[in-house]
Amino acid sequence: MAARKAAAKPNVSAEDLLSYYRDMLLIRRFEEKAGQLYGMGLIGGFCHLYIGQEAVVVGLEAAAKEGDKRVTSYRDHGHMLACGMDPKGVMAELTGREGGYSKGKGGSMHMFSREKHFYGGHGIVGAQVPLGAGLAFSDKYKGNDNVTFTYFGDGAANQGQVYETYNMAMLWDLPVVFVIENNKYAMGTSVQRATKSPSLWERGAAYGIAGEEVDGMDVLAVKAAGEKAVAHCRAGKGPYILEIMTYRYRGHSMSDPAKYRTRDEVQKMRTERDAIEHVRDLILQGKHASEDELKDIDKEIKNVVNEAAEFSKDSPEPALDELWTDIYASDVPQAV
Amino acid sequence: MATEVLMPALSPTMEEGTLAKWLVKEGDSVSAGDILAEIETDKATMEFEAVDEGIIGKILVEAGTDGVKVNTPIAVLIEEGEEVPSDGPKASTAPAPAALNGEEGKTAAPATAAPAPEAPTPDTSPDWPEGTEMRSQTVREALRDAMAEEMRRADEVFVMGEEVAEYQGAYKITQGLLDEFGPRRVIDTPITEHGFAGIGVGAAFGGLRPIVEFMTFNFAMQAMDQIINSAAKTLYMSGGQMGCPIVFRGPNGAAARVAAQHSQCYAAWYSAVPGLKVVMPYSAADAKGLLKQAIRDPNPVIFLENEILYGRSFDVPILDDFTIPFGKAKIWRKGSDVTIVSFGIGMTYALEAAEKLAADGIEAEVIDLRTLRPMDTDSILASVRKTNRLVTVEEGFPQSSVGNYISSVVMEKAFDYLDAPVINLCGKDVPMPYAANLEKLALVTVDEVIEAVRKVTYR
Repeated sequence: MAARKAAAKPNVSAEDLLSYYRDMLLIRRFEEKAGQLYGMGLIGGFCHLYIGQEAVVVGLEAAAKEGDKRVTSYRDHGHMLACGMDPKGVMAELTGREGGYSKGKGGSMHMFSREKHFYGGHGIVGAQVPLGAGLAFSDKYKGNDNVTFTYFGDGAANQGQVYETYNMAMLWDLPVVFVIENNKYAMGTSVQRATKSPSLWERGAAYGIAGEEVDGMDVLAVKAAGEKAVAHCRAGKGPYILEIMTYRYRGHSMSDPAKYRTRDEVQKMRTERDAIEHVRDLILQGKHASEDELKDIDKEIKNVVNEAAEFSKDSPEPALDELWTDIYASDVPQAV
Repeated sequence: MATEVLMPALSPTMEEGTLAKWLVKEGDSVSAGDILAEIETDKATMEFEAVDEGIIGKILVEAGTDGVKVNTPIAVLIEEGEEVPSDGPKASTAPAPAALNGEEGKTAAPATAAPAPEAPTPDTSPDWPEGTEMRSQTVREALRDAMAEEMRRADEVFVMGEEVAEYQGAYKITQGLLDEFGPRRVIDTPITEHGFAGIGVGAAFGGLRPIVEFMTFNFAMQAMDQIINSAAKTLYMSGGQMGCPIVFRGPNGAAARVAAQHSQCYAAWYSAVPGLKVVMPYSAADAKGLLKQAIRDPNPVIFLENEILYGRSFDVPILDDFTIPFGKAKIWRKGSDVTIVSFGIGMTYALEAAEKLAADGIEAEVIDLRTLRPMDTDSILASVRKTNRLVTVEEGFPQSSVGNYISSVVMEKAFDYLDAPVINLCGKDVPMPYAANLEKLALVTVDEVIEAVRKVTYR
């Protein structure tokens, strides 16, 4: 891999760098494994991989504190791993098994963890945006200083409900960070073919919401922007928009041949701007770890992912009577 | 260790594909992400990438081969200095299990196998203790009192919607709430149904108990995705983790002279959705008891009110606290000749018709469903077993109506008790017209109820 120009002596500890490396690598290896299991027919339906975008969630999680919430779209595996959800539970949900986070009833696009304050995993493009503002509303109502990270893509940024939400979030000073993960393509439609807006974050100005563009292939830049956004929210100044410029290496979903972009374009991002290679370079240049030590981390991550894959295959399919549970809370489902 | 590269599934429905082209040859070194081959599915030609590094030891399926089944080994990947094992390598992972055909599945016994359905056991307990003192109240006042009492009881209950606070409610249902509870808990929203419905659902996920008022349910069409996809389905999709305690309320159905876009009954729409509870009260006492129940319920509740009923007065029990459980119908009038089932404003036609029929010696039993989901079908079935005749009355459209559903339940579970075909009275199958005479014609009428009862009683 071509070495990237790292910022001269970034102000970051060895411990943090190694932690980001580990977290991003976990997402990448997990997603590669998910792709593999999909290919084998163990994962069905839609499966949207996060490969290439790892620095976004890892950088923002580095800016979060306990109690902060997050909600995202259907490209959600990375968000779950980054906020500390168990890879086994995530993978077993992908394979539709009892050990999955939703007992196999949600699948790749619909997973949740109250414990980790992860509110999904939503399959309808843009629907998570008002939900995220509602989560932030609940925290403001309760009077705590928690912040909600509401992730959506450049495609969702054209949904009307996003702007309805901007309006109310600013009107009511809701502590929500709107994170636009701009990976340049809404399925097969490039940003340029979907809008003439020069940038997506600047649309917030129409509602008085501050924001900025962030290099999403640089985890330190994402973390720094995240810290700024979070401080803004916690200070009671209302929402903040981060348009994080990123790139997905794989197709929109597993069944996308990605003919709308060139192989060269993808290769160029991978070789020149890869977020994991960037951190690796910083670690090696700063002599925070040796090649061998990084290899050990790689091995360790591979083991975690393999264990998750094994668990997801060994976990049984949900019991058939699960069909009839969880339709209503604390209530017997209506028998029709 | 040598591993097999398997024919991948590249779409949700792919079972086999064409191995169009190899982009590597035996002996080539590959690393993760390198394209190995092009594979044609019924939809597209896809590039197939390596997931592991290694050397292509052997290609097992030639380029151009059609109908290669998913999971067929197509190549062998070996490590540096390794030979291709002669007996074939072990696949690194087991093939996918065969899809379940559901032969072990829990299938409901077909109706034909159950000719003697169990006797229905309706809950006929009184809604409040006998002898409770009553006072006359409008539906409007009862709804307001229900919200105020629940807001006093629990801080997490709040109300949001258009004009609910400073304007005191477009229909004055939230009158006085802002004064008592302040702007933190009584929140005016901009005109933005899709957005505030979603914010309400998010707030419910976050542990609050929102009451979201729609100025009318016609406008909730803009919020339908959040109501159905986010509120109703998330508990199930989260394996029971993420409940959504929220009430969506407001006037539903035809008001007067507001034409097609503002005059529609959504009872049948919402009651089709698992995960929702659907309430449609008629009287003030029910409006109060059911709204309090809705606010306490841990699930999303659609609470369908009616503008014309808002100003109508009924006796309401004077009690510090009372609720009415969901799924319990109310028998307004006992009768032995015919069962009339209705809900909401439909009850006004049903009850008036019953009075007129009684003058002619036909005694109708009039049942108010009160909640449509869960539905108290036991009360309907018990009554039909007695009267052997059924007429349903509602204002919604006739196709796929609530009455249609009731008919199917009665046919399945009380077929032998019916002495006449069930009649479903509905609004007419037209968008609501504006002209006064046409509007009247489009709605269900007392005369139509009387005529339907005469038809099923052959009198």
